[in-house]
Amino acid sequence: MMLAGRRRSGRVRDARTMTGDVHDPARARRFRDLALPHLDEVYTLARYLLRNTADAEDAVQECYLRALKHFDTFRGGAIRPWLFAIVRNVCRSAYAQRSLGEEKPTDDALPLWNEAPETPEACVLRQRDEESIRRLVSALPDQFREAIVLREINDLSYREIADIIDAPVGTVMSRLARARAMLRAAWQSAEQEGRQ
Amino acid sequence: MTCEEARVLLHALIDGELDAGNARHVETHVAGCARCTAELAQYREMRQAMRGTNLRIGAPDALRSRIEAAISRPVRAPAPTRRSLLQGFALGTALSAAAAASVVFVVVRSDQDQHILGDVVSAHLRSLQGNHLTDVLSTDQHTVKPWFNGKLAVAPPVADLAAQGFTLVGGRLDYIDGKAVAAIVYKRRVHVINLFVAAAADPGHTAARGEVVQGFNTQRWSDQGLRFIAISDLSNDELREFHTKFEAALRAGA
Repeated sequence: MMLAGRRRSGRVRDARTMTGDVHDPARARRFRDLALPHLDEVYTLARYLLRNTADAEDAVQECYLRALKHFDTFRGGAIRPWLFAIVRNVCRSAYAQRSLGEEKPTDDALPLWNEAPETPEACVLRQRDEESIRRLVSALPDQFREAIVLREINDLSYREIADIIDAPVGTVMSRLARARAMLRAAWQSAEQEGRQ
Repeated sequence: MTCEEARVLLHALIDGELDAGNARHVETHVAGCARCTAELAQYREMRQAMRGTNLRIGAPDALRSRIEAAISRPVRAPAPTRRSLLQGFALGTALSAAAAASVVFVVVRSDQDQHILGDVVSAHLRSLQGNHLTDVLSTDQHTVKPWFNGKLAVAPPVADLAAQGFTLVGGRLDYIDGKAVAAIVYKRRVHVINLFVAAAADPGHTAARGEVVQGFNTQRWSDQGLRFIAISDLSNDELREFHTKFEAALRAGA
């Protein structure tokens, strides 16, 4: 017998230990000291997700207000993934409201080599400037752009990304693989255009 | 290791997310495969190019001051209710009502369940390493099912789900919570599904319940005196589909 455990018998945290006074200035200060240093990274994610300055600013402000309101549900550990999860949620509801959601390609329906033709070893990726790499990343579809920003720009682990996007680690890995394949293909074709 | 597998895993290699054993497997494959060698080199270059460039976008000063001001004069929150607490918790982990329900479940999950799910994850991971995915390797349910005869106190049902997109790979004996259980192995594309089957305490039917454990999706249900736990890196939707198809096949066969 495999699952004999009583699953309702676990302990639920006392509700009172999970909340605090939102008005408490010490709490607000603690939140500011912890969360504000990550403003640039949170803003970076919002900018790449929404691809628009004004919307990104609104989303980040909303994110910080929500985070402060729910600060008591943050249980220590790294605060960055928690903030990213919140700003991502805000961005997604902004999407839904503006019905700007793009067609979402499924994760792994296509084999990876559909993304790029045969690539000879000699084909070396040329260093590109900041602005053109940003453009290439911004052109990726939603979920792949998100994976690249979280991993390559904000430098999170697979586990942290999995928690943020609420998906298994295996999904993070295959999504990143697809995202990089797309990015590489775009990078190469940008180079070819540059040569002509 | 096939190229298809290596092409996904080499990203985990670049990112330093593989343990030593798996890293070695990928490296061995890459060493013998010109195409994967070229890919790995290109992805490393691309990564280096990205790391060497500032791709972050700094927040405008005005935004920073607005947020600072908003933080220092917050509004008083309404009295907390259990519901709002759960919503708050759900918010932090990113979510819909369905996910919130699973969060509640995680909160109240007993130690015993955690222990069993931990065993399930370990058994699943073990099965993916080395060459011990199956003891009996066959896509034929009439080969896999009799193989368990005499090895277990139960006769685990084995369904042929090839037409539904889940290929039967084989079966093996495994141990969960110190007890021998049947593991029936299916694949969808490159994703392995381990379906563990053991005797249940009571013969009733319980609906399937999904849960994410250490990044893997799981589905659990029981029926006709048997407990089932399916685990995979497939998406939650696809694993649910697996459960539905599996139960439907058993019903049709009964």
